[in-house]
Amino acid sequence: MHLVESSNITKTYQMGEITVEAIQNVSFTIDKSSFVAFVGPSGSGKSTLLNMIGCLDPPTSGILKVVGQDIGDMGKNQVAGFRGEHIGFVFQDFNLIPVLSVFENVEYPLIMVQNWHKDKRKKRVNELLEAVGIADQADKFPSQISGGQKQRVAVARALVTNAPLVLADEPTANLDRKSAERIIELMKKMRDEFGTTFIFSTHDQRVVKNAEIIFTLEDGRLIRKEDGKGDNHE
Amino acid sequence: MNNVLKIAARNLWRYKRRTLLTSILITLGVVSVLLFISVSGSFKNMMVGQITDSMLGHIQIHKKGYLSSMDSLPLDKNLTEQQLKKISRLLKDNPDIEAFSPRIRIGAMFSNFSETTNIRLSAVNPEMEMETVPLLASRIIKGKKDGLIGRGEILIPELIAKGMKVKIGDSIVLVANNKAGSVNGQTFTVRGILEGIVGPGGRDGVMHIEDARELLRIESKEACEVAIRLKNMNRLDAVYAQLKQAPGSRTNKKGKPVFEIHTWEKLSPFFNIARMIDLMTLFIKVMLVAIVLVSIMNVMIMAVYERINEIGTIAAIGTSPGKILALFVTEGLLLGVLGTVIGIGLSLAGIAWMNVSGLSFDFGRQKGLLLSPTISVPEILVVGGIVVAIAVLGSLQPAIKAARMDPIKALRHV
Repeated sequence: MHLVESSNITKTYQMGEITVEAIQNVSFTIDKSSFVAFVGPSGSGKSTLLNMIGCLDPPTSGILKVVGQDIGDMGKNQVAGFRGEHIGFVFQDFNLIPVLSVFENVEYPLIMVQNWHKDKRKKRVNELLEAVGIADQADKFPSQISGGQKQRVAVARALVTNAPLVLADEPTANLDRKSAERIIELMKKMRDEFGTTFIFSTHDQRVVKNAEIIFTLEDGRLIRKEDGKGDNHE
Repeated sequence: MNNVLKIAARNLWRYKRRTLLTSILITLGVVSVLLFISVSGSFKNMMVGQITDSMLGHIQIHKKGYLSSMDSLPLDKNLTEQQLKKISRLLKDNPDIEAFSPRIRIGAMFSNFSETTNIRLSAVNPEMEMETVPLLASRIIKGKKDGLIGRGEILIPELIAKGMKVKIGDSIVLVANNKAGSVNGQTFTVRGILEGIVGPGGRDGVMHIEDARELLRIESKEACEVAIRLKNMNRLDAVYAQLKQAPGSRTNKKGKPVFEIHTWEKLSPFFNIARMIDLMTLFIKVMLVAIVLVSIMNVMIMAVYERINEIGTIAAIGTSPGKILALFVTEGLLLGVLGTVIGIGLSLAGIAWMNVSGLSFDFGRQKGLLLSPTISVPEILVVGGIVVAIAVLGSLQPAIKAARMDPIKALRHV
């Protein structure tokens, strides 16, 4: 079974009287433990596609299965639960909760989404903070750490629930070169360690060159799939 | 739930100044309402106490039609001896009734041997009257208070004492018409001067019931009214309902009711003032509701608007709409609870201070009545409950908006 399976999906938006086809008949599959990048110019549909894979937006037509589940079949509450269980998100702006400490930010999905027991939760969060290398920042608040550290926290938060799939929308766009490289390395390491599939939408060539599969989108169409130069994980 | 509380509390703390200002507003509202309830309630209770305990009693029984012709103090509408006996038996058997007192109300001419004026008198059995209206003796501003009144004695109102230049121990003459219309007069000794309860115009005095019977040449033990004192004022409606059944339901041969029964509320114009106080309390509560509703809604709408991106993030990572709703409602709840708790604390301190400092006021001729504001736990709980419930209600609309937010639009919000 593929982790993500898309069959002729389209996404159209109504903007006044104009119908915009953001995604047109896109089909692809992504397997477990992949390191995948969606690339293309602005407006090509990368973010729309990522939103659909992340079950934030259902396709207008076609079938999109994530972890074997047709996402068009789910209700609002069910889809929220599904995201919480199967999908992690890493955002361009980090999107950490400012009133929670680093530890609490990583802990958040285990409390508000999955309801883990306190001891188990603590162990898991510490494990992730160690893995992403910010255990020493655990008590700090987002405003007290650097951009690179924030993105590490975001990666830890995305992985803490053991989600098989992490979606990252331009994860390095707001980072300096060094931090961006470290984040990419980290995500790759996490993929290797936990077997998680990472899917990016990106303009960043540093991300693209590390991807194992590169999907290129143009005007909402998937025009190319190619193997990247990144180490293929089999 | 603890975690929702923790996050909600931190979100409130994030906007310290706004949280503080809103809490102060709610606190001021709570303090205003509780102090108003306590002071107005204390004033009302004191006045009701003065009226019932020094004049009216809690309930009165008359012969049907007496009250409508009360101005002329008719003697042909007296309760007969037999009726009085039946009423007395019923009242003695009622465990809610502490005491009762039969009275004859007389209109008479009052003479100091050189001038004459008119006077209204309540003729009473002193022992029974003292038990029924225990504060009556406190209205005696000059003269002996013990025993209230003796045979051949009269308590006269201050107005007449001054106007007629009558002093304690002076002899006066009362002249009254009896039931048949013939006139009789008797001499009495002034035992005391009685303070008017509501103002200087009072012309009501007190005499012994046996003297009244003699003056009016009433041979049987009849009376105009029976004043009743209850053990517990809160049982007023229940006892009134019982008395309406017996003796109130008794009818004559024509099928018409024999008695009329009234609570103090029907007999005293102060009841309307008491109702006004209750109405004002209600208005103040409505204002409090408005203050809380507007301030909480304002704060929560701002909170949702400022945190759209954050709402998008928590929704994207799988937080259910129900939990997002709970998060914002809890913030409103905490704001309400914070304002309420501080408000209750300050109110209790304020009430304690007023009691210690001894606030007083004047009512009619009565000067320096000591106000002792109190507030009951149920009243505090009701006000606190209203504030917290309105706080939750006020945060509900913004919370629903947050819970229904489309994560994609929220994440794109700048």
